[in-house]
Amino acid sequence: MKILILGAGQVGSTVAESLVGEANDITVVDTDSEKLHQLQDRLDLRTLTGNAAHPSVLEQAGIADTDMLLAVTQSDEVNLVACKLAASLYNTPTRIARIRSADYLNREEVFSADNFCVDFSICPEQILTDYIVKLIEFPEALQVLEFAEGKASLVAVRAFTGGPLVGKPLSFLRTHMPQVETRVAAIFRKDRPIIPEGSTVIEDGDEIFFIAATDNIRRVLKEMRRMDKPAKRVMIVGGGNIGLRLAKALERDYQVKLIEFNKKACQRLAEQLTSTLVLNGDGTDEALMLQEHVGEVDVFCALTNDDENNIMSALLAKQGGARKVIALINRSAYVGLVQGGKIDIALSPAHVTIGSLLAYVRQGDVAAVHSLRRGAAEALELVAHGDRQSSRVVGRRIDEIDLPRGATIGAIVRGGEVIMGHRDTTIEAEDHVIVFVIDKKMVTKVEKLFQVNLGFF
Amino acid sequence: MQRTLAVIRALGLMLVVFSVAYLMPIVASLIYDDGSTVDFALAMVSTFAVGCLMWLMTRSRKGELSIRHGYLLVVGMWTAMPAVATLPLLLVIDGLSFTDAYFETMSGLTTTGATVLTGLDGLPPAINIWRHELNWLGGMGIIVLAVAILPLLGIGGRQLFKAETPGPMKDTALTPRIAETARNLWIVYLAITLACIGSLKLAGMNWLDAVCHAFSAMGLGGFSTHDASIGYFNSPLIEFVMIVFMLVAVVNFSTHFLAWRSKSLNVYLRDAEAVASLALILSSCLGIALFLWWQNIYADFWVALRHASFNLVSIATSSGYASVDYAKWPIFAPLWMMFLTAIAASSGSTGGGIKMMRTLVLVKQAGREFLKLLHPAAVNPMKIGGQVVANNIVFAVLGFIFLYFMTIVTLTFVLLISGMDFISAFTAVLASINNCGPGLGTVGPASNYSGLTDFQTWVCTFAMLTGRLEIFTVLILFTPHFWRR
Repeated sequence: MKILILGAGQVGSTVAESLVGEANDITVVDTDSEKLHQLQDRLDLRTLTGNAAHPSVLEQAGIADTDMLLAVTQSDEVNLVACKLAASLYNTPTRIARIRSADYLNREEVFSADNFCVDFSICPEQILTDYIVKLIEFPEALQVLEFAEGKASLVAVRAFTGGPLVGKPLSFLRTHMPQVETRVAAIFRKDRPIIPEGSTVIEDGDEIFFIAATDNIRRVLKEMRRMDKPAKRVMIVGGGNIGLRLAKALERDYQVKLIEFNKKACQRLAEQLTSTLVLNGDGTDEALMLQEHVGEVDVFCALTNDDENNIMSALLAKQGGARKVIALINRSAYVGLVQGGKIDIALSPAHVTIGSLLAYVRQGDVAAVHSLRRGAAEALELVAHGDRQSSRVVGRRIDEIDLPRGATIGAIVRGGEVIMGHRDTTIEAEDHVIVFVIDKKMVTKVEKLFQVNLGFF
Repeated sequence: MQRTLAVIRALGLMLVVFSVAYLMPIVASLIYDDGSTVDFALAMVSTFAVGCLMWLMTRSRKGELSIRHGYLLVVGMWTAMPAVATLPLLLVIDGLSFTDAYFETMSGLTTTGATVLTGLDGLPPAINIWRHELNWLGGMGIIVLAVAILPLLGIGGRQLFKAETPGPMKDTALTPRIAETARNLWIVYLAITLACIGSLKLAGMNWLDAVCHAFSAMGLGGFSTHDASIGYFNSPLIEFVMIVFMLVAVVNFSTHFLAWRSKSLNVYLRDAEAVASLALILSSCLGIALFLWWQNIYADFWVALRHASFNLVSIATSSGYASVDYAKWPIFAPLWMMFLTAIAASSGSTGGGIKMMRTLVLVKQAGREFLKLLHPAAVNPMKIGGQVVANNIVFAVLGFIFLYFMTIVTLTFVLLISGMDFISAFTAVLASINNCGPGLGTVGPASNYSGLTDFQTWVCTFAMLTGRLEIFTVLILFTPHFWRR
């Protein structure tokens, strides 16, 4: 597929990086030639320096035969104009724009075919915020990912001694909790994947991925570890775009404290927030943290732009007694270093947000993609189409489907109902199938499996 | 000098316009044939003549008014207008001293509603109409009226408006031009007044009483055509109608205008000031009613609620009607009412006192100080109704409050020196500066200000003027800086 990416910022470059690996022709446009150079040094793609909203630049970038336009520059306006130009001048089939301003997002008609012709709009900050809100809602979980409009969820949790299931085989879950439908999709022990079977014994420290209806998450979590009290006090460091959104989303249900270094930014934050307590200070200032009782904090989120700062303040908070600490880390090398140590969750914004973009790029009908374990594994929500003749999944029992080893069908969402994927479940047309893939390399195979094959006979 | 002459020229024009106001009592005197027509005509002609003379002598002085002269003009108007308005009173009522007449007209134009006249029931109807008209004109501010009718003054209009209503008025310019805004507010004011006249007539007043009481209710003045005030009618229905319209007048008229323009009552809910002041007044009504019932002043709770509501709303909105002698209630109740009068009215309404907006600023500032002690690093801008209030406004309000209290304290001491008892002196100053009307003690609801010596009357007159023009406007004239070039 020929893909044109506008903007080589954080979003643009991560998307480029993950799409290059999937055999696509990619061109990246940005005004900053420095950034483009860096990108070109690392990846096999074409770059072009220029204003992404100018027709001449788009033409040079080869928009005429582009299959998909990803307008992900910092500016909403540039993204909108680029989509409009692509649609009216060059008939580009798919146009995706990154839109941050709620002013635009609240008015659907802005994106319609009569106006700016945006097929899909994404807001990475909002996705990241929603992701963190979920983590705060379930403080025991490492990751909570939603499928089928929130009906089913994939949850990652670390098993700890004290959970009834720890030290027992998986089949015990069924007998212990017959009324709750859940399915363990994968287990990672010391960072190595184990394909779960009925006889697999769960050990202390295992990272477990399970799928359940969203309402049942808490009950399943209870099996894996001792439950904490629900979170009440949240402290956020960094009042940037994400910090502000998160505080806004949380301030009604939690006691939120927001620490920001810049005095002017503090003023602006305090004006926009209602019940959040905005504090002016350094997120790595131990005295300030003690003064604000970091020891009483249930969830501590370090969300500044600076990786090192985030790591340090998260470490300080943990040492000060915060129950769960989350650090936002852009550099993927750091994420692996930090996660699982003193810092409970190392968030890589790129991995959190990439999925929503990938869903549009992938072949076959993909409703959602979530990147897991720093991009190594992936969970997909695929829609099955066709019939027994034209499809290789529809009308077949799960054990009849030729899934690559390491890919498991976790659950099926059929007409609003969540059905766990058992050996003998038959897949019907229009089912949303949630597939868990241990290794990203197998994704293409899985996608091919779900494609409707017209020339099968 | 040039500019001071320009102020005199503007004052002259104002007086010429003001002379039109005599038409109403002239018409009334013709209808009721009370024999004061000639006196009013004389007053009208002389006001017109004085105005013309002032204008003619300075007509070539067309300097633009600076802010400084805006203050001078406002204070000049509010002292000159009551002065000429005394003419008919002096001509009609025998034996009335200028001091008392000036007190009466000042009380009218500042919408205070305190009176030195007794035997109100026996006054010629034209005189009563004139007193109440002064209340009404003063209510919206003669300046607003003048700006609406006289775009001549439009040059420095915004500055005048600022001098008229300082403080953290929500900076919602309703329409881009000040003259247009003033005209709109005036139309709203007129429309509500007409509704009030109609309601009072339906509730059982005669036309004269309905017009007079509607005028003084909308201006939150409190003049009445009867010595016994609203108690004369002894009608729960009339009291109810008066309560409703006093509560309407205590809300910012810009809010009324916005509600009228957007045809939505939500506008009131979004006005933090209106919500706070109505909530405070209504909950106080209930509280005082329960208190009176508990103290066995009234055996029946509903009677207690009726009297508590009317008198409390009347005092809290700074009107100053009375239906019973509430000074006989246990001291807590009338003092609480005097306290409310100082804080309850909205900015941009016709009420007096420090205004609910400033009260909110003070309360929030106190909250901020507490938070600052607990969280020294906290950044906590003041927000009222979701709008951020800048720190310099907070300082201005604190400065205002200090001056307000110092003025009360100083004037109370002055009255004490002159020989008044404490409660009378304190409440007289409080009632005058808040433009409320009746105080307690010798100036209580059962009596009036006629028992004061000339000196004490002038002190109260000064307090009314200072309070109405929000203290700074008057006191600034006494600072040496004002007169320095």
